[in-house]
Amino acid sequence: MIESVALPAPVQALLLVGVILVQAVALYAGYGVLERVATPLIDTITDTR
Amino acid sequence: MEIFGLSLALLVLFVSFGFMVGVLFGFFGMGGSFLITPTLLLLDYPASVAIGSGLAFYFGTSVIAVLKHYDIGQVDYKLGAILFVVLSIGIELGSRLVFGLEALGIAGLVTGVAYVVLLAGIGALFLRRASKLDDGDDEEDIDDEDIPAIGQQIQSYTVPPMISLTSGGRASLWTISGAGGSVGLVSGLIGVGGGFIRMPAIYYLIGTPLTAAVGTSLFAGLFSGAFGTFTYGMSGSVDLTVVSLLLVGSALGARIGSAATTTVEEDDVIVYFGIMMILASAGIALSELANWLGTGALDLVSVFLLVGSSFAVASMILYQVVTSTGKSGPSAQPEADSGD
Repeated sequence: MIESVALPAPVQALLLVGVILVQAVALYAGYGVLERVATPLIDTITDTR
Repeated sequence: MEIFGLSLALLVLFVSFGFMVGVLFGFFGMGGSFLITPTLLLLDYPASVAIGSGLAFYFGTSVIAVLKHYDIGQVDYKLGAILFVVLSIGIELGSRLVFGLEALGIAGLVTGVAYVVLLAGIGALFLRRASKLDDGDDEEDIDDEDIPAIGQQIQSYTVPPMISLTSGGRASLWTISGAGGSVGLVSGLIGVGGGFIRMPAIYYLIGTPLTAAVGTSLFAGLFSGAFGTFTYGMSGSVDLTVVSLLLVGSALGARIGSAATTTVEEDDVIVYFGIMMILASAGIALSELANWLGTGALDLVSVFLLVGSSFAVASMILYQVVTSTGKSGPSAQPEADSGD
């Protein structure tokens, strides 16, 4: 809940939707980068086993 | 010690549970919000907060799903827009019903009972599918002849106004409103995204071809998820901290679960997924029984059944990924992405 900001309820609700949207996009992009970095590392480890 | 207003144990639980839910539903191609709301109910969150947070979690996972399938195949935008409106009306009605039930003090009970039936039903469907696989009947293709008689009957209604579909067919606005409104009502009432009923409703009742039904369901679901989050957010019934922690785990888990489909046979774990759903249903039933008896003695057993069974099945998938990676090594060939 976004409680600390004294904004009207519809604005707070819109802000909430925006925060979740931005967070989802950031998580998708962030884990995408992580996957690109991690995949070659995992391949290298399994190749050398 | 508290971080973001939550104990460290709860914080770890939400991230790891989100991760496991992500693995499971990335693997089985579902949203997973229907495990979030009952878990929050078991953790003594008010029904409206559990439902609102479940819908917000669904919205977050929908955004990720749409980004993953940014070319979401065929989308009937006109149908999607109408569905968004009727879904939103259904969600609004469902949320008002929840607040009304909360005022009567029975929202938790009604939601709990709805989840007992829902999870047991999904579990039974998966167990039925598993038993068919055991019988060697692995026919999964769907064609028009598979549409049940009642679906064909509903599709045949031509009550005006009729809407032209992108696929070339026509559907009555009343059919679209009835199907979409009912799905929205269920979403708003128990806090699920409803993809598992929305997509079949679009395909079986409205008569959209399967490829367009998937894309249109995703399109309408994204916007109705946003509307559900907004509706519950208006009354402060979304716990952003909980939703964020669940999404952090789920976004990573969904990637791994989705990738696991190339190395783990769905047929090998589908029966465990069905059992998991039945155990989750039993967990909620036990919790409701404990509430009715006025004792908290069964709470731990309920959480163990719901959360523990999810952890067990997700761990099974992860274990199979690790062992198959070790066995196949670099020769493993990923399947082409079906883009569903």
